Amino acid sequence: MTDIPISNILFVSTALFFIGMYGLFTRRNMITMLMSIELILNSVNINFVVFNKYLYPDKLDGIFFTIFIITIAAAEAAVAIAIIINLYRSHRSIDVETAEEMKY
Amino acid sequence: MTASQIIFYILAAFILGTAILSVTTDKIFRSAIWLLFSLIGIAGLYFWLEVEFIAAVQIVVYVGGIVVLIIFSIFLTQQSGKEMLKPPMVRSIASVLAVLFGFALTYFLIYKNDFKAGDKSFDWSVSKIGNQMLATGENGYALPFEVVSMLLLAAMVGCIVIAIKVPAGASSTETKEQKQGNIENLKDKEIVEGL
Amino acid sequence: MNYASYIALIPLLPLAGFVLLGIFGRKYFKNSSGIIGTVLLLVSATLSLYTAYNYFFVDGKVGDSYQTITAIKFTWLSFSENVSIDMGIILDPISVMMLVVVTFVSLMVHIFSLGYMKGEERFPTYYAFLGLFTFSMLGLVVSSNLFQIYMFWELVGVSSYLLIGYYYDKPSAVAASKKAFIVTRFADLGFLVGILILAFYGQTLDFKTLIENLTTQQSSQFLAITTASFVGVSALTWALTLVFIGGAGKSAMFPLHIWLPDAMEGPTPVSALIHAATMVVAGVYLVARLFPLFTITPVSLSIVTVVGIVSAFLAAIIACTQTDIKRVLAYSTMSQIGYMMFALGVSGYGGENGLGYTASMFHLFTHAFFKSLLFLGAGVVIHFIHSNEMKDMGGLRKYLPITNLSFLVACLAIAGIPPFAGFFSKEEILLAAYHSNKIVFGVALFTSGLTAFYMFRLYFSIFWNKQIEVHNHHGEGPFSMKFPLIILAFCSIFAGLIPFGKYVSSDRLPFESHFDPMFSLAPVAFGVIGILLAMWMYKKESEKAERISQSLGGLYKAAYKKFYIDEIYLFITKKIVFNLIGRPAAWIDRNIVDGLMNKIANTTATVSGFIKGMQSGKVQSYAIYFFGGIVALAIVFLYLWK
Repeated sequence: MTDIPISNILFVSTALFFIGMYGLFTRRNMITMLMSIELILNSVNINFVVFNKYLYPDKLDGIFFTIFIITIAAAEAAVAIAIIINLYRSHRSIDVETAEEMKY
Repeated sequence: MTASQIIFYILAAFILGTAILSVTTDKIFRSAIWLLFSLIGIAGLYFWLEVEFIAAVQIVVYVGGIVVLIIFSIFLTQQSGKEMLKPPMVRSIASVLAVLFGFALTYFLIYKNDFKAGDKSFDWSVSKIGNQMLATGENGYALPFEVVSMLLLAAMVGCIVIAIKVPAGASSTETKEQKQGNIENLKDKEIVEGL
Repeated sequence: MNYASYIALIPLLPLAGFVLLGIFGRKYFKNSSGIIGTVLLLVSATLSLYTAYNYFFVDGKVGDSYQTITAIKFTWLSFSENVSIDMGIILDPISVMMLVVVTFVSLMVHIFSLGYMKGEERFPTYYAFLGLFTFSMLGLVVSSNLFQIYMFWELVGVSSYLLIGYYYDKPSAVAASKKAFIVTRFADLGFLVGILILAFYGQTLDFKTLIENLTTQQSSQFLAITTASFVGVSALTWALTLVFIGGAGKSAMFPLHIWLPDAMEGPTPVSALIHAATMVVAGVYLVARLFPLFTITPVSLSIVTVVGIVSAFLAAIIACTQTDIKRVLAYSTMSQIGYMMFALGVSGYGGENGLGYTASMFHLFTHAFFKSLLFLGAGVVIHFIHSNEMKDMGGLRKYLPITNLSFLVACLAIAGIPPFAGFFSKEEILLAAYHSNKIVFGVALFTSGLTAFYMFRLYFSIFWNKQIEVHNHHGEGPFSMKFPLIILAFCSIFAGLIPFGKYVSSDRLPFESHFDPMFSLAPVAFGVIGILLAMWMYKKESEKAERISQSLGGLYKAAYKKFYIDEIYLFITKKIVFNLIGRPAAWIDRNIVDGLMNKIANTTATVSGFIKGMQSGKVQSYAIYFFGGIVALAIVFLYLWK
C-alpha cells in the first residue's frame, strides 16, 4: 500500500519492460518474440495502475486504460499467431532469420 | 518491515525472476510456462494493489487466453521438443549492454522525479467501473468501448482470413475475388497469394 | 555618295553563293554551280570596280587627302563604354584597292575552274568553298575594327584549310591542310595577345580611333602604352611585334613559312587564288593597316624589315633548286611577299618618305596579277601532262601556245623587265630601300637577280629544253581556261603604268613618284643577267645544270632540302614538346584527375554498400536500430536540447 514508495513499483515495471526488450532483441524464434512483447505490454499495464492508485486515487482512468490494453493485446496476439502460422507454412520454420526476403 | 512490504518484495522477485527465465531459456515450451508464471505473478501484484477486478481480467484473458494460444501455436508448428537456436554472442552482449543502459537512463529519470501523491482516498468498485465505462457523458468511456469491440471483430475476421488454408481444387481467380472483398491488409494478401 | 546601299553586297554575294551551293549544290546544282558562283562574283567584282571609281575619282577626297569613310557600323558586343566590338565596313585607299584585287582575281579563278575542275565529283562543294573564301577575304579587307579583322582572319584560315584539303582522300593533302591551319593558328596566338594589349591601352578596338589615340603624343592612351613596359621593352613595341607575328604566320614569312610549299597539294586554281594573290598578302595588309603605329616604334619596324628581307633571300635560294613547278612558284610567292614586307619596313611616313608604303602596296597589286597568271598557267600545264615534276616536261611550246606566251609575259613581269608591271613596282621598292638601308638594298638587288634566274629556269624547263612525247590530244583546254590567262596577261603588261602614288600613300596625300632611269639600270641589269644565265643553262638540253649543282655540293643539297627547317620543327615538337610536356600532362590527366574521380566514386560505392547492409530484412536488427534511435532522441531532448 502506501508504505512502498512509488518508485519501487516503477522499478519493477521498468525492469520488466527492459527484460522484454532484451528478449525481443535476442530471441530467434517468432513465438518467443511474441512472448517478450507480452511482457512489455504487461509492464505498461502495471505502470498505469500504479500511477492511477498513487497519484490520482479519485479517478478511474488508469484502470480503464489497463482494461483496454489487455483487450487489444489479446487481439494482437491472435493476429500475430495467425501470421506466424502462415509464415510457417511457406518457410517451414519459425526462425525469424529465414523471413528476410525484404532486403536490398 | 510490514507484511505488505514483504509480500511486495517477494512478488517483485517472482515476477522478475520468471521473466528473465522466460527470455533466456533454451526450450520453447519452458519459456511459455515461465511466461505463464510471470503473468500470474503480475496478477498477484494487482491483488496486492487492491485492484481485484484488473487481477481477475488479467488471469482470465492473459493467462487463460493468450498463453494457451501461444501453447497451441507451439504445438501447431511442431517445435515443442527441440532446442532453440541461440543468437550470436555479439548480439547477446550488445543487447545486454543496450538494455542496461536504457534501464539506467529510465530509472534515473524516475528516481529524480518526486511524484506528488494524491491525497484523496482510493475508492473503486466494479459497479463504478461498469457505470463509467458505458457512460456517454463526461468521463464516460462508451466510445472507446465501441471502438475496441469493432477492433476485436476485425481482429477475429483477420485472423481467420490470414490463417485459412485455401482448399486445393478451387480456381485461383475465384479465390482471388473472394479475398479481394475481405482483405484489408496488403501484407496479408501477399502472404495468402503465396500459398 | 551613299556607299552603304551596295557596299555590303560585295562580301555578302559570295557568302550567299557559299550557303546556296553548300546546302543545295550537291542535289540540285550539280552542273550549274560553277556558273552560279561565277555570276555572283561577277556582280561583286563590278560593284567593287564601281566603288573604286567612286572613291578614287568622284568623292573620296576631302581637301587633298583621301578620307576614311565608314560605310556601315553597328555595335555587336560591348565590353565597356569605350571598348566594344563593332562590325563595320570602312573604305580607304588600301581597302578599296584590295576589294578590286580580291574580286578580280577571284573572278578569274572562278572562270578558270569552270574548265579545270570540270567533271569533279564535288564540283559544287569546290565553288561553295571558293565563295566562303572570297567572303572571308573581302570581310578582312574592309574590317573597321581590330577584332573584326581577327574574326575574318580565322575565317580565311578555315577556308584555306578546307580548300587545301579538298582532295581529302590523299593523305598528303590532309597533312598539308592540317599543317597550314596549325602553323597559322599558332601565329594567331601572338596576334590575339597583340590585339588585347592594344585594346587595353588604346581603350578602343576601332582602327580609326585607335590610331588617333595612339599617335597623338599628348593623349592619355599614348602615354599609358609607351610608359608601360615589360622586360625593358615598351608595351606598344610588344603589341605591334606580336601582331606582326600573326601577320608573318599568315604571309608565310621565315620561320613560319613551312606551310606554304605543302599547301600546293590543293587544286591549282586554289593555289592561284589563296596562296599567291590574296590570303598570303593578309599579313602585309595588316601591317599596312596599322602602319601609323609601326612608324612610331622603330624596333617593330626593323623586325618587319629583317624578317622580310631574310624571307625574300632564303626563298629565292630554295626556289633555284626545286623541281616541282608548284613548289617553285610557292617559294617565289614567299620571296615576293618578303619584298612587300621589307618595303613597308624601310618606309617612313608622309610624302616622299612614305615611298616604301606606296611601293609595297603597288607591288601587292601587280604581284596579284602576274602570280595568279603564273599559277593558272602552271595549272594548264599540269592539266595537260598530269604531273607536277619538271623532269616530265619540256618543249611544251608547241602544244600550249597561249600558255607559253602568257607565262613568258608573267616571267618577264616578275623579273622586273620594263615596261611590264613588275618593273615599276620593284623599282620603287628598291628605291625606298636604297634611301634607307644600303645593306637591305644590296641583298634585295641580288635577290631580284635570283628571281629572274629561277623564274626563267622554270620557263625554259617547261616550254623549251628537251622535247617530250605527248599522247593525249585534248589540247590546251577549253576557252574558260584560256580566257583568264589572256586577261591577266593583259593586266600584267599594263598595270604598272598606273601612277600609284596618286592614290595610295602612307599619309593619304597623293605624291608623284619620280622615275630615275639611272637608278633603274642596276636592277634591270641583274634581271637580264639572270635571264641569260637561265637561258644558257636550260634552253637546250644539256649537262650544265647537273655539273654546277655537283660542284656546289653541300650548299646545293641544303637548299634542295629547304635548309632542313621542317626537320628542325619536327624534332622540336616530337622530341621536346611531346616528351617533356605532352607525356607528363597525359599522365597527370589519367592518373591524378581521373584517379581522383575514380576514388570518389569508389568511396561512394563502399559507403553505400555499407549502408545497404543495414537493410538486411532481419526484423530484430530493425528493432535494435529503432530502440537505439529512441534512446538517442531521448538523450538529446532531455539533456542536450537547450
